[in-house]
Amino acid sequence: MHRKEDARFIRGRGNYVDDVRLPGMLHGAILRSPHAHARILSIDTSAAEAHPKVRAVITGQTLAGLNLAWMPTLSNDVQAVLATDKVRFQGQEVAFVVAEDAYSARDALELIEVDYEPLDAVVDARRALDEDSPVIRDDLEGRTSNRIFDWEAGDRERTDAIFAGAEVTINQDMIYPRVHPAPLETCGAVADFDKVTGKLTVWCPTQAPHAHRTLYALVAGLPEHKIRVISPDIGGGFGGKVGIYPGYVCAIVGSIVTGRPVKWMEDRSENLMATAFARDYHMSGEVAATRDGVIQAIRVKVLADHGAFNGTAQPTKFPAGFFHVFTGSYDLQAAHCEVTGVYTNKAPGGVAYACSFRVTEAVYLVERLIDVLAAELGLDPAELRLRNLLKPDQFPYTSPTGWEYDSGDYIKTMRMAMDIAGYDKLRAEQADKRARGELMGIGISFFTEAVGAGPRKHMDILGLGMADGAELRVHPTGKAVLRVSCQSQGQGHETTFAQIVGHELGIPADDVEVVHGDTDQTPFGLGTYGSRSTPVSGAATAIVARKVRERARLVAAAMLECSPDDLDWQIDESAEGRAGSWAVRGDPASRKSMQEIALAAHSALELPDGVEGHLDAVTVYNPPNLTYPFGAYICVVDVDPGTGQVKVRRFVAVDDCGVRINPMIVEGQIHGGLADGVGMALMQVMAFDEEGNHLGASFMDYLLPTSMECPSWELGETVTPSPHHPLGAKGVGESATVGSPPAVVNAVVDALAPYGIRHADMPLTPANVWRVIQGDPFRTDLAIP
Amino acid sequence: MQVTITVNGLPYTREVEPRLLLVHFLRDELNLTGTHWGCDTSNCGVCTVQLDGVPVKSCTVLAVMADGHEVTTVEGLERDGELDAVQKGFMECHGLQCGFCTPGMLLTARWLLDREPHPDEGTIREAISGQLCRCTGYENIVKSIQRAAEL
Repeated sequence: MHRKEDARFIRGRGNYVDDVRLPGMLHGAILRSPHAHARILSIDTSAAEAHPKVRAVITGQTLAGLNLAWMPTLSNDVQAVLATDKVRFQGQEVAFVVAEDAYSARDALELIEVDYEPLDAVVDARRALDEDSPVIRDDLEGRTSNRIFDWEAGDRERTDAIFAGAEVTINQDMIYPRVHPAPLETCGAVADFDKVTGKLTVWCPTQAPHAHRTLYALVAGLPEHKIRVISPDIGGGFGGKVGIYPGYVCAIVGSIVTGRPVKWMEDRSENLMATAFARDYHMSGEVAATRDGVIQAIRVKVLADHGAFNGTAQPTKFPAGFFHVFTGSYDLQAAHCEVTGVYTNKAPGGVAYACSFRVTEAVYLVERLIDVLAAELGLDPAELRLRNLLKPDQFPYTSPTGWEYDSGDYIKTMRMAMDIAGYDKLRAEQADKRARGELMGIGISFFTEAVGAGPRKHMDILGLGMADGAELRVHPTGKAVLRVSCQSQGQGHETTFAQIVGHELGIPADDVEVVHGDTDQTPFGLGTYGSRSTPVSGAATAIVARKVRERARLVAAAMLECSPDDLDWQIDESAEGRAGSWAVRGDPASRKSMQEIALAAHSALELPDGVEGHLDAVTVYNPPNLTYPFGAYICVVDVDPGTGQVKVRRFVAVDDCGVRINPMIVEGQIHGGLADGVGMALMQVMAFDEEGNHLGASFMDYLLPTSMECPSWELGETVTPSPHHPLGAKGVGESATVGSPPAVVNAVVDALAPYGIRHADMPLTPANVWRVIQGDPFRTDLAIP
Repeated sequence: MQVTITVNGLPYTREVEPRLLLVHFLRDELNLTGTHWGCDTSNCGVCTVQLDGVPVKSCTVLAVMADGHEVTTVEGLERDGELDAVQKGFMECHGLQCGFCTPGMLLTARWLLDREPHPDEGTIREAISGQLCRCTGYENIVKSIQRAAEL
């Protein structure tokens, strides 16, 4: 079926936040810090205030008076909304101007005079804990260093013991550089505070509208029932639109101060400089194995650069997200990781860009280590993986760091990818090319994802359990409306969730309207990120539809004058849009369709005691476990030894996300994620110079793949259902972004093997590859000599 | 300054500042919000419209430069209730997800097919290479344009 969403988008009739226009609406703009680290001595706003079109200028002092100069982050830290004491990263919010139009607001920014006293900046995370490193967070009482947290997982003693006795060990340091999700639509908000009713309405492209509402209530002291967050159509999120940004708070305060609606839209540079970055993990990994290639243990140390405020979005008990799923798809005896988070003079973030809470980093680490081990052992990297992949009968499998993988048939999936790629032929072609001095590389990544956060006993965001609600109402004529707490940013929920209801109730998906993104209209839940929509809200949707179906059974029994126990659910697949009905057992002609039942449920039909009439239900789904989709990816690259340019010639991706609700949409999700992987591996980095200047703050420097850098993707599919999910479906949205970067890097490093190279850090730009070939690699994340 | 710009076949006369970008003229003066704004360096192409039949990035055109010219936006693709072939192709081949790049892609696709009714994959990829998409990995956009060529 076509996507329901498309009809409006192809006509330019989507409703994105910058399309929102309200009577009397004003426009805000943010003055940002030119310094990475500097004390604020004074801010003079008088000239800006005198601008004829300016209606308000808000500074940190204004906000301090409202107790809003600082706001809590998703990591239980605090973040400056507008800087009061000092600025801590370049691009940080310093003042907010509200004017009659957006151009005037920007004009007025230039009229604000800020007197800064520059301070030394902490740019290199590896030096953040040095004795002489300036303390960035002197606002926090008792802080004497830039250390945010130390966290560990796994069994240290057992891991160390295996390493001590191992036949072979390898180690490899690697950087997963700071990148940015860069959704094409930037962040923004329209805030409208109605002084008469006391109600605040905020239009905002948030991936988690209900969580935003609760946080606004906690932060601003407004009652939660007087806050309505509307997340309209979102032009891509990719994790960049989970948290609350200072601009949102400024727009709200601007509306409260002026009594008029205030729109704030950031531009691209602001988006890249100040909203949630992704990755920035400095990882040191080791593998212990036998000489014949049995992997026994992995040991990891990570230094995590979190920027100036710990705004990382992850469940409360997981300061490094789900990084400890790094043992990947392999049967290990033990594993251990230590993660240290540090402050630096950079923007906050960390968890974003389809990372599934740091699974990108985990998968990159293990899949690179496997290749380094293969090189050490002289084994083909596919063969090494096949020897160590978990077997189907091991599931549910408890990993050495405590994850319980739900299901998997890894070798089948791996073999399918190798068949599609023609793996043996590729290796033969590579041997021929190497003999001729040409650089061709084949890279493999076999990943296990961990998505669908999550069981509320382990997982919460600022105390809000990660369960999701669903409400389903069938109208008298048999059409339905489903209200869900997840929030599409292009993933097609309006279509696929209607399909789930249609599947469960035997009504056409076109007859199901999916409502999301309006906190006044939808049940509470934690939103869409971490590929959690299908695992959590998808499950909620199936459950609520089944509740309605059971209610329909009672109504049908009243209609047919029989016991509900005598009824069987029937689906007529031949009917248009699948017709569902309850039929008398042994007498299938005596039946009532869902449409007939819906009408009867609203009619004068006498219903049994306890059956209230109408046809609706509510549920909250608390997942028993995550889902663990997986995949086998093979990338083929050609590298020009003269220029270092990498051409991705082929990319084979076999994904297994269990039952596919809509194969067309699943494939589109994978295509997009594969492009992300090519971009991260070859092009994207947010580098900084030694003063903390952001060197990737526009699309001139922060390069995203175009149609020219992406090959035509070759997909395959296996289906290993999740046993605990009502539909057998697993999440998939982030799989390709998680799985593809190591495949590309492994391919490039494989191409460079004739030079004796075992690792090179992303992004593998022509300049970087060329330097690597010369034996002179450099830190891609820093422009510091 | 006063400008008269014909947009989707209708003339609009407005008083504008010389610095006003065409993208903002379309969005804010005419309320044609199908044209989007995605970057500030003329790279992303989500603001692409046709100016006298040629794709331009409307963030890099001043409204006054369009004075006396004809602009086509995504809102002008559908004629008499009939979708343009490129609109149908994108819908049939799942050439869009979040929909933010879609209007610009459609106008470039329309221009390409007007010049070259049956472009090969390489031609299509080159034609849309000035336009970023973060969702589709481009694969289905290529297929959508190929499909539109058949319609």
